[in-house]
Amino acid sequence: MSILFQGRATGATAVKQNLWNRFVMFWVHHVRQAITSLGEIWLTPASSLLTVAVLGVSLTLPVTLHLMVKNLQQVSSSIDQAAQISLFLKADTNETQIAELIALLQANPEVADVQFIDKGQALAEFTAESGFGEAFSYIEDNPLPHVMLVSPKNTSSLAASALLDALKQERYVELAKLDIGWLERLDAIVSLVRQVAMAVALLLMIAVLLVVGNTIRLMILTKKDEIEVMKLVGATNSYIQRPFLYTGIWLGFFGGILTFLIEELLLWWLKHAIRGVTQLYESSFSLQPMSLAELGYLLLVAISLGFFGSLLAVRRNISQIEATGL
Amino acid sequence: MLRFEQVTKSYSGGFVALDRVSFHLEKGEMAFLTGHSGAGKSTLLKLISLIERPTTGKVFINGVDLSRVNRGQVPYVRRDIGMIFQNHKLLMNHSVFDNVALPLVIEGFSGKDMTKRVHAALDKVGLLDKVRCLPHTLSGGEQQRVGIARAVVNRPPLLLADEPTGNLDPDLSKDIMNVFEAFNQVGVSVLIASHDLSLLARMRYRTLTLKNGRMINDGLTYSGADE
Repeated sequence: MSILFQGRATGATAVKQNLWNRFVMFWVHHVRQAITSLGEIWLTPASSLLTVAVLGVSLTLPVTLHLMVKNLQQVSSSIDQAAQISLFLKADTNETQIAELIALLQANPEVADVQFIDKGQALAEFTAESGFGEAFSYIEDNPLPHVMLVSPKNTSSLAASALLDALKQERYVELAKLDIGWLERLDAIVSLVRQVAMAVALLLMIAVLLVVGNTIRLMILTKKDEIEVMKLVGATNSYIQRPFLYTGIWLGFFGGILTFLIEELLLWWLKHAIRGVTQLYESSFSLQPMSLAELGYLLLVAISLGFFGSLLAVRRNISQIEATGL
Repeated sequence: MLRFEQVTKSYSGGFVALDRVSFHLEKGEMAFLTGHSGAGKSTLLKLISLIERPTTGKVFINGVDLSRVNRGQVPYVRRDIGMIFQNHKLLMNHSVFDNVALPLVIEGFSGKDMTKRVHAALDKVGLLDKVRCLPHTLSGGEQQRVGIARAVVNRPPLLLADEPTGNLDPDLSKDIMNVFEAFNQVGVSVLIASHDLSLLARMRYRTLTLKNGRMINDGLTYSGADE
């Protein structure tokens, strides 16, 4: 559309094109520009590589912390599943009372499973496993109580402790224990780590934004003359800034890929060390790598950081370059 | 086509580059703008291409008041004006083709249509055989002609040239002027700023003379300034 000359056909509108053609051309144009921007990155390998490296390394830390939280949560939840309440019965409880209690517990809708351990059986087990077998033979009475292991239906620590409080009130129960103290502590640590990760991620994202912005700013400055000429022949700011935005997107994309590669390397390196630790704890823990969805999120975040970093730079710098022309 | 009404341009510090300048360039007219360096020629052209804005007074192109054109519309105004610069303003690391195609690319042309127009423009300035060259491999006159091809490639109704023959020898200057005359003959309005007096004398077109920012002569020949 011409502002000065009514009816002067300008631009591609001069050529009659149908809507579909224009739609196709729009995308062809964007793809072409994206590829051109990729070429620009190729032309300045040193500064582009440096920026991609900064991006990759900066994003690695929050991603590592995220994976740490994820794996810790896996540990805590696998233990949470096994949360059991131990009921230590009064010493003078007899067989019929025990049967009565078992029936009562099994009828409780909160209870998933009840397992009874006879005190004789418990003593035998303890003698065999503890290594104090000799010492026990000197004791005449069995000092151990009957024990019932109650698995709650709802294994969350809150529901389990509610059940614990209820079971404490039972007539034959001397003592009821639910060992969730350390689980709560683990949960607290996990949430602390998660919050640290968020704070670190936020700071590093700001840093990445500034680094990308600065790289694009330098690119704009080196192309100052070219931008001036484009303005003189009638290019709009949005037309001039588009290739720089694509450059930002590419920098973000490559930064994200680099983060993924560093992360994989790190996991591979840590695997052996972690296996050593888990073997000591006789745990079947296996390190959870980054999932496909998480890789997707990582790339999305990296690309948007690249985009917004470059938007920051073009907004400030391109409108400042004025055609001084003639 | 192009009308100045009592236009004054003063810069901060009190320097008055243009002082109450008025003139009217008709549609399809060709005119020269002359005067010493510093007389205000470049400022006048900058006001037309909206690189600068007047302090007071109004500039009209085809009846449109340029003071009512906002920042976002400036690029669209420039697409209607072909501009030729003394120092060519070419993109040195792009081919002649890319340079000439630039205004078309900006307007969204592509493919065969664009190629056809670029070739037509280069043909008019006689550089069709240099289409794949880089600008720095061309001579000064050839670079200037690439600049002209770029200015006319989207067929603007108004052509501005700032010292288009500034660094060229008389023969080349004449060639360039012939190119301008050819465009003028197909109806394009042309305004050429030049201090090449012998050229002006030979061409015998309307000549606007500036001195210290004031329009001191508007006539067929150059006569006013104290040479």
